[in-house]
Amino acid sequence: MTATNRDKATAPVLELKSIHKAFGGVVAVEDFSLDLHAGEIVALVGDNGAGKSTLVKMISGVHAPTSGSISLDGEAVSFADASVARAHGIEVVYQDLALADQQPVYMNMFLGRETVRGPLKLLDRKAMMRETQALVDELDVRIPSAKAVIRDLSGGQRQGVAIARATHWAKKLILLDEPTAALGVAETAKVEDIVRTLRARNIAILIISHSLDQVFRLSDRICVLRRGVQIGVRETARTDKNEIVSMITGVG
Amino acid sequence: MDWLRSARHTFDLQQYVVYLGFLAIFLFFAVTLSDDGFLTTRNLSNIVLQTAPATIMAIGFVFVLSAGEIDLSFGSIVAVSALSGAVVMQDYPMVAGIAAGLGIGLAIGWFNGFLVAYLRLPSFLVTLATLGLFAGVARSMTDLRSIPVTNDAFTGFFGSGALFGIPSLILWTIGAVIVGHVIYRETRFGAHVIATGDNAAAAQVSGIKVPRIRLAVMMISGGCAGLAGLLYAGRLQAARYTLGESDLMTVIAAVIVGGTALNGGKGSIIGALVGSLLMGMLNNGLILMGLSVSDQMIVRGLIILIAVAISLRDPGR
Repeated sequence: MTATNRDKATAPVLELKSIHKAFGGVVAVEDFSLDLHAGEIVALVGDNGAGKSTLVKMISGVHAPTSGSISLDGEAVSFADASVARAHGIEVVYQDLALADQQPVYMNMFLGRETVRGPLKLLDRKAMMRETQALVDELDVRIPSAKAVIRDLSGGQRQGVAIARATHWAKKLILLDEPTAALGVAETAKVEDIVRTLRARNIAILIISHSLDQVFRLSDRICVLRRGVQIGVRETARTDKNEIVSMITGVG
Repeated sequence: MDWLRSARHTFDLQQYVVYLGFLAIFLFFAVTLSDDGFLTTRNLSNIVLQTAPATIMAIGFVFVLSAGEIDLSFGSIVAVSALSGAVVMQDYPMVAGIAAGLGIGLAIGWFNGFLVAYLRLPSFLVTLATLGLFAGVARSMTDLRSIPVTNDAFTGFFGSGALFGIPSLILWTIGAVIVGHVIYRETRFGAHVIATGDNAAAAQVSGIKVPRIRLAVMMISGGCAGLAGLLYAGRLQAARYTLGESDLMTVIAAVIVGGTALNGGKGSIIGALVGSLLMGMLNNGLILMGLSVSDQMIVRGLIILIAVAISLRDPGR
């Protein structure tokens, strides 16, 4: 599956070349390179403090790399801030769920990008509700209604909403930062189903996860980081947990 | 069962408590004070006229609270704005007085907002300080003297005048509520204010310029307080440093009773209007009942306590 995608003569959706990031004198990431193709799920694994979140923040425009280049569809880009990355079709699903709890699902779906109508540019709630409903139906996120308030939803439903939002706006790439860290078994399975749906829609996905079981269930390739150093990239089908664990820990 | 679930979730006591409370207190006074003239058109319209400035302040306060901030200084802004307008109108025409009153309100709001939004000082402390600061400014501006407002156009426009038989203070109230409600409920700005108060981090990563929202709500509060100051000056035909001083409790109570959450993310302009009318009605009724000033304060304090208790009893948690 991975092979067919990569055989296409198209530029990778995301291309990181020799990314280096230091905060003051502390090196967070050094010499990191990775290609990410449409319809491919790459897992980013490593211990706490390995630099995974820093990488995600560079790709999403929160931090700028100290050196190295980021290319989207073969074009070098530099993001002044997160909104520029978003404009390029990159969406992030944060582990702490960036949802406004007291607002309905549809307002969260359009948070910061509300649909307006008419010369007075008033909110078009009906249109937002309609689109939200269509999207949650398509992704099979089971929520009572688009009008349901986030606070009344379960953790899995909330994460479903967060992913549905990313899906709605992402044109190319979704970054998932531990999307199931706070979820139970059934809810995790549900979120994983949604992630597979995204792959079928030909979106490139970079997922950070601490669960190796999940990484092996979902990913096409696995990229291992240790203390900011890229240890290696493996095709999921051609490696096993033992190898990945020893790459993460540096033991064995 | 879906409908049952959503019905349970959409029924929110906090949303209706103000209307039920308004109705209950209205009926109570209507029965007990029927011989004291509570129900006369004159008395009822007086209630609306007297609450006009508080209602305007309440509208600004809804924006501030919804964004997760607080403004304790609006009472002082009312006095400084009213005095500025009155002083300017001693020598210049009405327009200059209006500009001075509103401009001062917006400027103080900007000052509060700058400290809150860009220096990230807690709004509670910032506005507690500016409450005292501008109360002092109001006193020193005119050496505690009150300034008469003799500009007839102004007193008509902001006070005693009427259009098609509707008193101008009522028109100001209606106008401000409509504009406030539409901005709050129907615009992207309103949605961003609410989102900022609900989850500032989520708002930020969603591309909402959170500091700008914080600055804006403090300026809205200052501007509303400035307008309230002009309404006071118009109605009383004078400005004095005491204007707005006693409104802090009333306005906070009106807004909280009206269903605006103290910690942001949820609010209602219409609720604030009804809350403000409720407070005005309460004042009026307690006076008609012949309660002493101290008893009035006790009853009002108790009502506010109940309101806050209901507001903070969050059914979702």
